[in-house]
Amino acid sequence: MLFSSERISKDASDGYKVRLSIKTALGDQAYLWDEKEMFLFRSTMAYAMRGQLNQQFDVSNIIVCEETARVSFWFVVTSPLNTSNLVDKKSVEEAVRKHRNRINSAFLLTDETLEFEGIPRTLEAPFTPDTPPWLIVFGVVMGAVVAGIIVFIGFSVVQKKRKKNKKTPEDEDSEEEESRGKTMENGAANEGVYNMSFTDEERFTRI
Amino acid sequence: MRFVLANPGLDNRIPSYKDLERTEEEAGDRPKWDNKAQYILTCVGFCIGIGNVWRFPYLCQSHGGGAFIILYLILLVLEGMPLLLLEFAIGQRLRKGSVGVWRSINPYLTGIGIGSMLVSLLIGLYYNTLIAWIMWYLFNSFQNPLPWSQCPLNDNGTGFVPECQRSSTMDYYFYRVTLNSSTSIAESGGIHWPIVVCLLAAWTVICICYIRGISTSGKAVYVTAILPYIVLTIFLIRGLTLKGALSGIIYLFTPDINELTKPTTWLDAGAQVFYAFSLAWGGLISFSSYNPIHNNCMQDAMILTAITGFTSIFSAVVTYTVIGFRATENYDSCISDNILTLLNAFDLPEDSITTSNYEAAFHHLNSSNPDIVFGLGIKPCDMQKLLSEGVEGTGLAFIVFTEAIMEMPGSPAWSVLFFVMLFCLGISTLFGNIEGVVVPLKDLKMLPKKWPQEAITGVTCFIAFIISLLFAQHSGIYWVTLFDNFAGSVPLLTIGFFEMIAVVYIYGIDRFNEDVKFMIGYKPSIFWQVSWRFTSPLVVLVILVFYLVTQSQEELTYLVWDPKSDQFPSLASVPYPSWINLIIFILAGIPSLTVPAYALCRLVFVYFKKTNN
Repeated sequence: MLFSSERISKDASDGYKVRLSIKTALGDQAYLWDEKEMFLFRSTMAYAMRGQLNQQFDVSNIIVCEETARVSFWFVVTSPLNTSNLVDKKSVEEAVRKHRNRINSAFLLTDETLEFEGIPRTLEAPFTPDTPPWLIVFGVVMGAVVAGIIVFIGFSVVQKKRKKNKKTPEDEDSEEEESRGKTMENGAANEGVYNMSFTDEERFTRI
Repeated sequence: MRFVLANPGLDNRIPSYKDLERTEEEAGDRPKWDNKAQYILTCVGFCIGIGNVWRFPYLCQSHGGGAFIILYLILLVLEGMPLLLLEFAIGQRLRKGSVGVWRSINPYLTGIGIGSMLVSLLIGLYYNTLIAWIMWYLFNSFQNPLPWSQCPLNDNGTGFVPECQRSSTMDYYFYRVTLNSSTSIAESGGIHWPIVVCLLAAWTVICICYIRGISTSGKAVYVTAILPYIVLTIFLIRGLTLKGALSGIIYLFTPDINELTKPTTWLDAGAQVFYAFSLAWGGLISFSSYNPIHNNCMQDAMILTAITGFTSIFSAVVTYTVIGFRATENYDSCISDNILTLLNAFDLPEDSITTSNYEAAFHHLNSSNPDIVFGLGIKPCDMQKLLSEGVEGTGLAFIVFTEAIMEMPGSPAWSVLFFVMLFCLGISTLFGNIEGVVVPLKDLKMLPKKWPQEAITGVTCFIAFIISLLFAQHSGIYWVTLFDNFAGSVPLLTIGFFEMIAVVYIYGIDRFNEDVKFMIGYKPSIFWQVSWRFTSPLVVLVILVFYLVTQSQEELTYLVWDPKSDQFPSLASVPYPSWINLIIFILAGIPSLTVPAYALCRLVFVYFKKTNN
């Protein structure tokens, strides 16, 4: 490393901490983190920086330090034009965000399992279909209900018309027929002769 | 006690036994049940409602599990069953709806019927709003992923909406997307149109199911009364195979005998029995009046009691398997989060801390580096707390259950099943409700005689829809809670108490016994005699008095969803505004007071008529 580890510390203003959770992401398929994987990381970062700044970044421009068993480490990016200068944090962040998907897929990880501390995840908007599905179901239900109401009302209108036509030729039996036919309706008013449960307001009980 | 108040003219107002036998032979024009099964299913559907799923399991768990169940079953038999038989028998004997029955017993008691009608109306209004919310969730369940599984992004796309981030996706979906709730009952905030649409759907469905009275609703109950049992069984099988189900069931049934010494336990059990049977709504009297005269109503009462008891326990078991699953899932993710925090802070290899050695590792790290561990702010994961969270009322259905369903494979299917079940439970109760409103309206001759049943149902549903737009406001949920607490508690107890007094002491318990003997062939045993005269009225009176005493002592508060409050995401408890007392009087006072008020008015009216003559 060209830079001594004193320059790269937890307070470094131009570096980022990276944390990988390989076992969480891949379970049994987890690969071991060794120097080959670290090489891949550095080259992926170099690729991202090339895409961002259009300069010839190389693996040597990505400096890594403070590796832990967690699998976490710090890295800084040096400028290819002048290796004593560090690339500012903002550019690194933008590079990572732009190429996040490619970086993630290189390691078979996701935004949560390959964390860049300080760089927020790119969130995908929740999927909203064009027609809200609930409107479709509502339409079906309301259609069925309204159709049912129309059918019922139409049916009772037709029934009444038929009864009316029957009533005019048969005068004697008409009353009985109507009262029998009205079993479908809650005719509390047609209680019949023998039921005296209703008290008229005029007939009050003696107390 | 053979004490009976003087009640002259009773025989003129009620059909005699000869009249009843005669009506039985002739084809009358009063509606009839197609068969006994329809009647039983309608009553079962009426009694088994949403409260069985979201109120009883919570009461069970919070009042000492197994002990509460035994208490509940005892009160079911001592308090509920006699009242049930009372309503069945009086309806079957006098062949009228609730207003007609009380008017027949004594015209001064018509107030009981009017009170029942008002109570049914007020309860029906907010109950159908609950059904409207259930329909909204049902309509939205036909998509994958479910809409309450994701938070919307904020404006610049860097994070989620803070209200959603701080609470949870289910809370956000319920309080913000579905209801768009304001922060207090006083802030109306305008009408939230998705709720209006769902209210329209709910009222039209009820309208078509009841459009020809019991001849249509009697067919609808074949589906709405049986489907919940099928779904509950499916959920039981699914629930028992989930991880953590057993911990839920153990939590539910663990008996705590100490709870039996607290009066609130008895109060809650008694009140729950009373509401479970939908007594004093007037619907049961109406339904029984369509029965054949010699129908064995005592057997019906016992069957219904058994079914209610069984269903309550059954649905409690199902509910708690799901709650146990959800609590276990949350507990596991809490532990995983804590493990991750520790790993990240100390840069330890990934599988050095697992769920099995978490406790030991935590202690080790805490003893070696207490400052760092403290600075991490690790929350302790408490399984008991998770099991007791938000498991009552709307919180259970729309937040806890939806969360659990999200974690099951194939969640849209489970969501549809669950909300269809709740919908059927609710709407079958609403049939009894609307019967308790429409039939008294006809008995009181408030609607023109010439109108067919379809018009009456349609007009009632339409007017009820307009009034229930009150609950479509942004403050709608607070109004629903208000109605639930006050319209559905004190008035029912008062009217139930008056009903018992009226039948036992004004109609006459001896005459009532004779009626039951005429109808079913034998006189009710000593158990019923004692219950009707002493036990049931006493229990109801004690519950009523205790309830009034506890209510008057507490300050009236309610829970609000306020993102700006300190307790967010928990609901904040704020006091009601002062004008709410008037509303409470309208909701609870007016139905309860119709009984004495009507009697008084009639007394005055009669007196004036006498002096004029």
